[in-house]
Amino acid sequence: MDTLRYGALDARSPKYWALLIGLGLIAMIGVLSAHHMEVEGHVISGMNNQIVWGMPHVFAVFLIVAASGALNVASISSVFGKTEYKPLGRLSALLAIALLAGGLAVLVLDLGRPDRLIVAMTTYNFKSIFAWNILLYTGFFGIVGFYMWCMMDHGMQKFSKYAGLFAFIWRLILTTGTGSIFGFLVARSAYDTAMLAPMFIMMSFAIGLAFYIIVMLASYQWSERPVGDLIVNRMRNLLGIFIAAVMYFVAVYHVTNLYATEHHAVEKFLLVDGGIFTQLFWYVQILLGGIVPLALIYAPQTRNCRRALLAACGLVLIGGMAHIYIIIVGGQAFPIEIFPGMEISSSFFDGEVSAYTPSIWEILLGFGGVAITLLLVTVGVAILDFLPESLADNIVSYKK
Amino acid sequence: MNDINKKYTLLNKSDVNANQGVNQGKRTFIGGLVGASGLAVAPGVMLYQTAAAKPLEQAVSSAVRWGMLVNVNQCAEDCDDCVTACNDEHGLWPKEGSTTDSQWIRKLTVKDPSTGNAKSLPMMCQHCENPPCVDVCPTGASFKREDGIVLVNMHTCIGCRYCMMACPYKARSFVHETLENQLPDSPRGKGCVESCNMCVNKIDAGDNTTACAEACSKTGHEAITFGDLNDPESDISTQLKAHGGNQIRADLGLNTGVRYQGL
Repeated sequence: MDTLRYGALDARSPKYWALLIGLGLIAMIGVLSAHHMEVEGHVISGMNNQIVWGMPHVFAVFLIVAASGALNVASISSVFGKTEYKPLGRLSALLAIALLAGGLAVLVLDLGRPDRLIVAMTTYNFKSIFAWNILLYTGFFGIVGFYMWCMMDHGMQKFSKYAGLFAFIWRLILTTGTGSIFGFLVARSAYDTAMLAPMFIMMSFAIGLAFYIIVMLASYQWSERPVGDLIVNRMRNLLGIFIAAVMYFVAVYHVTNLYATEHHAVEKFLLVDGGIFTQLFWYVQILLGGIVPLALIYAPQTRNCRRALLAACGLVLIGGMAHIYIIIVGGQAFPIEIFPGMEISSSFFDGEVSAYTPSIWEILLGFGGVAITLLLVTVGVAILDFLPESLADNIVSYKK
Repeated sequence: MNDINKKYTLLNKSDVNANQGVNQGKRTFIGGLVGASGLAVAPGVMLYQTAAAKPLEQAVSSAVRWGMLVNVNQCAEDCDDCVTACNDEHGLWPKEGSTTDSQWIRKLTVKDPSTGNAKSLPMMCQHCENPPCVDVCPTGASFKREDGIVLVNMHTCIGCRYCMMACPYKARSFVHETLENQLPDSPRGKGCVESCNMCVNKIDAGDNTTACAEACSKTGHEAITFGDLNDPESDISTQLKAHGGNQIRADLGLNTGVRYQGL
């Protein structure tokens, strides 16, 4: 019984339908919130002419970054030849597509004119990194879809390695594009750095893997299928490396900024006296999202505990959200330096740190995006053979 | 319409041998679709014809580059007539203290913390030659006219606000609410981004000035000069040649159309 066999989840149980209906309701509430914001105008959101991107963008970027990271699990097998990860590849591709769909749904529904999506899909300004991203995102769906086909159809498996390699390269470019949305903004002190692109890639590794581990362990727990320690511990160690790598990039980002005097003010804001942003940085991003999960992963007392691993994954997601919140909202809250070195003031709040309180509509829209992601995964694993019937050690270590 | 009729006839012919009941249903459905698409397309075609029937009398040319010169020394700290004139011209009327209302032009106080010296000046879209807002706009809704005026196409702006993230001058506003009492010469759109359009309505009407420059002249301050930067004989060019003028954030290399003296 060492053969790897895939099988769809049993969709007949009442708890499956309860989950499906629950997720559907959250997704619907999210869409209705977006509709309400469109009808009433963004005046009912917490966003304004100072903080122009808020909570929906934090959720959207979080999900999009997680999408490219979730695909890594498949790449580790196809591209880097680690056969232990092979059984996990199909779910990896499904989760990647679902996360991107959820993220894009939030991004699109927050537009001032979501009804003009067709304009965004048909009229491109190729100098805009945003326009590149539209192509990168649609390409991602196509490429990962093909990759999934290669993994799931025996006749196509010979192309799997090449599709995987192409998808891996594409996802690296995609996350570079997402990071560059901010990195290319020369006018704002917290952005305007090439560091953001590699940092986003590393964030995607950690957030995507954490998301994957939670979804995988939850699905197996739910369906009462076995998961061995071998694969769990592999992923646990990998997550630890990714968390440490994100912290390294965060450190380099701040240290390089601190080297340049012109960035001292924004660094002081983010690290010392930025109020909520400083607190989020030290307590949530660094402590809860970095140090605690590392301890949970590597401490001898919790090293083999799955609950500790799940807790670590949850904290990585919370820390990742905080990180993206600080980048997006914190970066805008710090005033634009129209006259560097001068004190400025006006009726348009120039020179002031901008306040932002997200409205319930934005938060509901964000969670709607997460629900869309989970809904797609829940439906996907029940209609197609994404999940191996067993991830026990003898199946995972079996070499074909 | 001929093409649509032809298509309709072909569809009917192909169905001749099929079940009559189903065919009738299909015919009604396809007929309904064709009718509905006709109804959807027709008003657009009509509008297009109406719009095309009124071409602009004069084409915009890159031979001119409209710009403004602000003499900060003549700008009075307690005067905001330029702001009021802009609001009246474009139907803005922002509420005091509102974080969401549009401001196309604002009075900015710039203070040197080391000396305490403070100056007051109007700040608006700087109509850059290389505008970051145009670079980042995914749909090309932000664009620069041949005569140097940076505008937003209200028909293709999707309201993503990336231009607001990119503008170094915080010159753009997003329309957060349903608009009422819009002025016909200055169309705006809920869910779209907008900014100073250098009174393109007045320029195209041949007024050769902007509301802010006009208002500033009326007060006697004469702090804002509007004109053609490409014409060496224009008032703005001669003033710039004689006394110079600074660009704000000149380090960004945007080559702004709005220049300042006395900074």
